[in-house]
Amino acid sequence: MVDAARPYVAMLGARFRMLLQYRAAAFAGFATQLFWGAIKLMILAAFLAANHQASPMSLPQIAAYVWLGQALLGVLPWNVDTELQEKMMSGAVAYELLRPVDLYAFWYARTMALRTATTFMRMIPMILFAGVLMPLCGLGAWALPPPVSAAAALYFLMSLTATVALASAITMLMHVALIWTLSGRGFNTVMTGLVIVLSGLTIPLPLFPDWLQPFLYWQPFRGLADVPYRIYSGNIGTDVALFEIVQQIVWSVLIVAAGYLWLSVGKSRVVVQGG
Amino acid sequence: MLDALALYGRMIGLSIRAQMQYRASFLMMSVGHFITTGVEMVGIWALFERFGNLLPWTLPQVAFFYGVVNISFAFTDALARGFDLFGAQFIKTGNFDRVLLRPRSTVLQLAGHEFTLFRVGRLLQGVIVLVWASQQLALEWDMARVALLVFTMLATFVFFYGLIILGAVMSFWTTESLEIMNTLTYGGVETAQYPMAVYQKYFQRFFTFVVPLAMVTYFPIVALLDIPDPLGTTRVWQMIAPTAGFVFFGASLLMWRVGVRHYTSTGS
Repeated sequence: MVDAARPYVAMLGARFRMLLQYRAAAFAGFATQLFWGAIKLMILAAFLAANHQASPMSLPQIAAYVWLGQALLGVLPWNVDTELQEKMMSGAVAYELLRPVDLYAFWYARTMALRTATTFMRMIPMILFAGVLMPLCGLGAWALPPPVSAAAALYFLMSLTATVALASAITMLMHVALIWTLSGRGFNTVMTGLVIVLSGLTIPLPLFPDWLQPFLYWQPFRGLADVPYRIYSGNIGTDVALFEIVQQIVWSVLIVAAGYLWLSVGKSRVVVQGG
Repeated sequence: MLDALALYGRMIGLSIRAQMQYRASFLMMSVGHFITTGVEMVGIWALFERFGNLLPWTLPQVAFFYGVVNISFAFTDALARGFDLFGAQFIKTGNFDRVLLRPRSTVLQLAGHEFTLFRVGRLLQGVIVLVWASQQLALEWDMARVALLVFTMLATFVFFYGLIILGAVMSFWTTESLEIMNTLTYGGVETAQYPMAVYQKYFQRFFTFVVPLAMVTYFPIVALLDIPDPLGTTRVWQMIAPTAGFVFFGASLLMWRVGVRHYTSTGS
């Protein structure tokens, strides 16, 4: 069992270490996300000030949602592994097919590294800034508040773990789509659009109109951001948190299964390019 | 001068023909760009649907801001590709040496480097939103208003162009393309999609006096909408404010010269 998992764990570790090399890019990303978070928060606060009875979320809950969204942006499946994309384009994907490992699991491991490595590095300065520095500078109302309770914190960590699994599964769909080079790119663009809106990254999902809420509730993308962030801020109570996490896990399993089947179809029709 | 314009036109024409060789790819990228840039409007619509208004602003008014900014930036984004990629594709590789050897200005060559066609996706969604907003607001398009709109869009276009040139200038020193400038370009678009008056004071000041984004978008658009400015500026100020965009562009060209003079090759 341990032996069987070894190549996948090695892949995860190797990619993780490689991605940590890009420190300058990480700094630029930090500044960008800080700016982005500030604009979003100011706009949402302005709406809240205009009509705060209409809001199903309080300002601290919105602040937590926005800052966690910026800190954990890299977890969201909005891009693909460019190296993998190049492998498909250059024909080097043939080597991947020859390896005596399960291709889906092997790629899933490298996808997980993509979703977590840079995020871990970016997350820390972001949380320090929004959670510690801002309150110290007298911007406490705009800051990232601590989790509402110890239980919420615990559920948040569980939910976030499920988020990583779910985000990797969705990214894997995008990676499999790359096998169909051109239409795959179209599929991925549409996916990115769906992820950005339906996860809650554009605006927190509870702020969408009430009549859209049932639809927004029963879709997998909210497990990428909406669920963990609202558990953190107490907008989703600890009484239902576990049920939400189960949903995240069920969606992950379903999407992994779909990706696995799709890859086995795709494998038989990979065109190896290049000479 | 005329000669340079003709050459620029030829370069753009060539770039269009080259991209049209891959029609399916172009269509797909355009549709994709339409979607990924258009989701912002979905967010704005949803917030108005939820909160009713953003006192004193209404959805059509904010949509008007959104349309003007997105249309103007779509042109910058399509035409400033050479400067946008400057660090990675010209400095790091040493390719800028070749640009310097040619008997034409560096600005002309980089401006004509590529005309990124798929930005039409952003343009199209901006046009749709602007037309809708204008209808909702029942704006009357007389000569004066059309002229002010064109002036505003031109100013916004050159303002963003200037920002991208400044980003390129920085790479003379850093030899890398700096992602940090995206904060001001894409972040600027994001900011200007809403009226500047909804932001905090220090933020407004920064985008008026340091980076004159509000000068090219917010102030003239208030005049276009023909409403009183919550920030209390006069109509005359609002109408001449876009001039700052051209000044900013001129300043970025001067900085470009300084950068070129500083340049030492990295190539081998």
